[in-house]
Amino acid sequence: MIHAVLDPFVEFAFMRRALVGCLAISMTAPPIGVFLMLRRMSLMGDAMGHAILPGAAIGYLLAGLSLFAMSLGGFAAGLAVALAAGLVARSRVIREDASLAGFYLISLSLGVFLVSVHGTNVDLLHVLFGSVLALNDAALLLVASIATVSLVTLAVIYRPLVLECFDPYYLRSVSNWSSPTHLIFLVLVVLNLVAGFQALGTLMAVGIMLLPAVGARFWADNAGGMIAVAIAAALLSSFAGLLISYHYNVPTGPTVILACGAFYLFSMLAGRRGGALWGLMPAKHLEA
Amino acid sequence: MSAPAISFHNLTLGYDRHPAVHHITGEVAQGALLAVVGSNGAGKSTLLKAIVGELKPLSGRLDLHGNGKRDIAYLPQVVDIDRGFPISVFDCVAMGLWHETGASGGLDPSCDVRVAEALEAVSLTGLASRPVGALSGGQFQRVLFARLLLQDAKIILLDEPFRAVDARTIADLIRLIGQWQSEGRTVIAVLHDIELVRRYFPETLLLARDVLAWGETPSVLTPVNLDRSRRFDEAFDDHAAVCHHDEARETA
Repeated sequence: MIHAVLDPFVEFAFMRRALVGCLAISMTAPPIGVFLMLRRMSLMGDAMGHAILPGAAIGYLLAGLSLFAMSLGGFAAGLAVALAAGLVARSRVIREDASLAGFYLISLSLGVFLVSVHGTNVDLLHVLFGSVLALNDAALLLVASIATVSLVTLAVIYRPLVLECFDPYYLRSVSNWSSPTHLIFLVLVVLNLVAGFQALGTLMAVGIMLLPAVGARFWADNAGGMIAVAIAAALLSSFAGLLISYHYNVPTGPTVILACGAFYLFSMLAGRRGGALWGLMPAKHLEA
Repeated sequence: MSAPAISFHNLTLGYDRHPAVHHITGEVAQGALLAVVGSNGAGKSTLLKAIVGELKPLSGRLDLHGNGKRDIAYLPQVVDIDRGFPISVFDCVAMGLWHETGASGGLDPSCDVRVAEALEAVSLTGLASRPVGALSGGQFQRVLFARLLLQDAKIILLDEPFRAVDARTIADLIRLIGQWQSEGRTVIAVLHDIELVRRYFPETLLLARDVLAWGETPSVLTPVNLDRSRRFDEAFDDHAAVCHHDEARETA
């Protein structure tokens, strides 16, 4: 048993790299997901995933399969969409979800247009679904740097971010943190998706961001607790996903995300805060 | 009369050029306890929004006499608060200390004591560790009052603070407002309950887009004035002519 768990990582460098990459992402993406969920912007992660794809594709068309070009392209495209959507929403004529939908659809169609004009390539599947078993030093460094930067930033803006989610009116009435907090948070979302797509691909990156976060809501009653649970769940899912994909020879990225999905389903059933199974065994009510 | 806390100089406020508050001039004294009364759409909330700086004047001037964000606490009518958010009553009330803690300052033990005192003042002591989602509407309104209490502001603006609140809670909250006034704070409250205003608020501003009356409550809330207030037509005219009130006044 111990061998089955440890041997793949002892024997193969690519498994160790994959593990390090996944652990780094598991530390940083779930907290972002928790706040996306608390802001009721869960689907924004998905939209941003699409917004990043064309930028990465353009980077690929210009510079080939270059990590730097694709990351930069993805980051630029994602940031442009997120900031444009955020600023338009600040004007309060249309809500953020509507303005985001508008901008990401433009970005997505522009990307598909460009790729089609320049001829398609099968390697683009790499962008879509990642290649967690082929992470090189540069990719690991990028993922680790993004994880570090985003965790430190999150610590700095934690209180304003909680208030911005809970009671934005109040935050605006006592300080000037509201808009900066919101925009910094959007940048973090994009950064984390860029980090995620190196390993898991643009679509899967959203999964490791959100699935542990929504599952965590069934276990904790405060933002800090949710973040702790979400990170733990993501770490565990990454580890389990890598092992399963190794032993059963199945694609790695989707397996990791499916492990996250299993955690979500399990939480929905067994979570201490509103899990379905607890509802089947109602405890007697208290006196007061 | 003591020094003014807020002065309106021929101030007009509104949305898309349509005035909601029309040419208001006057002063709110420091330590005043002012009720703002009027029909729906009379501009009461708009006036408070202008004082907190959420709305820029269409014309005229608003003078806060050096009072900044730090000095004004505001309880809006429509609280855009996510009641399902996982946060405890204690943490929510502690946000009232923002001016001292800022974005990253810690809460020292003396802060914990003050939060506990604020909760006690609104009779919520036992609920400190519960999530805000578990509170009733009236209890939540008390939480917001406790937070206001900690903000320790010189000017306190309340927009319909007694919505969905039972009689006992109203009495508690009124007592808090009285305490604020005795501490020399300026309190402006938008209210609908005329009897409440008569009993507890020495000064009243009766709005119907224009100022109908402003002064001591008994002289403002006369049957004649209230009747005029009731006949206020809130609909704005899409083809309303441009207002030349200012120019007329200057040439007069």
